[in-house]
Amino acid sequence: MDRPLTENIRPGEGPPGIAEYERAGGYRALRKVLGDADPQGLIRTVTDSHLRGRGGAGFPTGRKWSFVPRGEQAAHPVYLIINADEMEPGTFKDRLLLEENPHLLIEGIVIGGYALQADIAYIFLRQEYTLAGERCSRAVAEAYDRGYLGRNILGSGFSLELYLHSSAGRYICGEETALLNALEGRRAIPRAKPPFPPVTGLWGKPTIVNNVETICNVPQIAEHGADRFRALSRSVDGGTKLYGVSGRVKKPGLWELPMGASIREILEEHAGGMRDGFTLRAIIPGGASTEFLPADRLDVKMDFDSVKAAGSRLGTGTMIVLDDRTCPVGMILNLMRFFARESCGWCTPCREGLPWLARTLEAIENGEGRPEDMEILRRHAGLLAPGHTFCALAPGAVEPLQSGLTIFEEDFIRHIREKRCPWRK
Amino acid sequence: MLTQQEVTEINSELAHYEQKRGGCIEALKTVQRHRGWVSDESLADLADFLEMTTDELDSVATFYNLIFRKPVGRHVILVCDSVSCWAMGFGEVLGHLEERLGIKLGQTTADGRFTLLPNVCLGACDRAPALMIDGDLHGDLDEQKVDKILAGYE
Repeated sequence: MDRPLTENIRPGEGPPGIAEYERAGGYRALRKVLGDADPQGLIRTVTDSHLRGRGGAGFPTGRKWSFVPRGEQAAHPVYLIINADEMEPGTFKDRLLLEENPHLLIEGIVIGGYALQADIAYIFLRQEYTLAGERCSRAVAEAYDRGYLGRNILGSGFSLELYLHSSAGRYICGEETALLNALEGRRAIPRAKPPFPPVTGLWGKPTIVNNVETICNVPQIAEHGADRFRALSRSVDGGTKLYGVSGRVKKPGLWELPMGASIREILEEHAGGMRDGFTLRAIIPGGASTEFLPADRLDVKMDFDSVKAAGSRLGTGTMIVLDDRTCPVGMILNLMRFFARESCGWCTPCREGLPWLARTLEAIENGEGRPEDMEILRRHAGLLAPGHTFCALAPGAVEPLQSGLTIFEEDFIRHIREKRCPWRK
Repeated sequence: MLTQQEVTEINSELAHYEQKRGGCIEALKTVQRHRGWVSDESLADLADFLEMTTDELDSVATFYNLIFRKPVGRHVILVCDSVSCWAMGFGEVLGHLEERLGIKLGQTTADGRFTLLPNVCLGACDRAPALMIDGDLHGDLDEQKVDKILAGYE
């Protein structure tokens, strides 16, 4: 099975240095691109590959790239920003690529930068990813030394500077317009859209923000073409996907599999199934802001359209398992406390609504809930739906709540009726 | 007053941004790296240096949870309290830490050795529960392991 993202990774041995990466065929795609592809043709290839953004939203990458204005009159500098602010609870996939294969990331950045005719690129890295920071810094220095970054890359006339920005916390920085404000040295508050970043982004200049895993897919598409990339997948979305599982399974971890592998395959074959003494109740398929899927939906394929059709979202593709010995109300309370704390505070529904939901859930979990709380929770989930808030944080926060109220309705009611959490001793 | 060393480090970061204030988060972190936290006095000096008002810079500094506007201990413990760690025993780990250190989340030990803070998902969900001390990640925690880890930070 092809594993283009992870085939060079040797756990425990550290990432391949530049010489090793080159020996394994690294930077060959970049040489090819600079030698013969035209930037527009490269964008068409990425569009044809059906690569969709791996940060959670699944926007087609080639289409996003096509929004950057072209031609003599176009504004410069053009920025390419890699969102390495991985902070979605339950998500740990970009860490692997950042720590174990930084040259793949850099090669993707230079190829993507060439397609966009970008001038400056940033890796926006969360501060807590310290090992990733060290390894990426070293790899960037190596790439500059070999002439893969900087002025006139490999004599092509194309130039690109790449900087590592280490952030200082806050989940909201992962939202692309909040990220732009953070990079400009401001509070990380989302911006109104439109204008959209590809036209008016960092310091008002055209800016593309791509996730780490997304951009790591670009070298293979540039080298082997769109057809080969689509053929890696078992769905209409191209390529492979880094899938992960955490929770009470035998072997929590990450695996690169064809896009469209089923939940069952990931959970049972790769994660080894549930630990002895634990039964699966539900999963959250792709990070904290995706809806629960009950245990009878294991045959759902983990691609964007299939998970959506099943009533949730693929998100980051790293699933969180809920077992029978863990209280679902407690889990949803944990999620809601997280979102309430991480709200940037800019818009009222989110700033006020999420703490209200957290307090209501807390009351139920502590045995102080009232029957009418169910209706309050349901109504607020609607009030915080898309269109009512400035960005997607609060709508994301209510996804697990809304689905949880349906799937675990009996458990909620039991808390209220028995005036206690049945899972607490 | 910023030290010469701090000025040199901050200037090398500022070169990466189209506008000076773009480097203000890196600048705040540089000061914190040298002094442990960002005092009112450091903040004012830095604001001058960056050609920002003190309030502008403070509005940024207080937004980001990893910039400390109060003194912290010699070692800062960030305990992951997000969903996977929560499901895998965050409560026990936190309870043990609070008991061992004699402090609650948000507090610093009397001897100034440790500050204990909650943190969003550390991206170590396959090694839950996890925590980070001074940038070192520790996973698959239990009470014995926590004791052993703490002993490594004097």
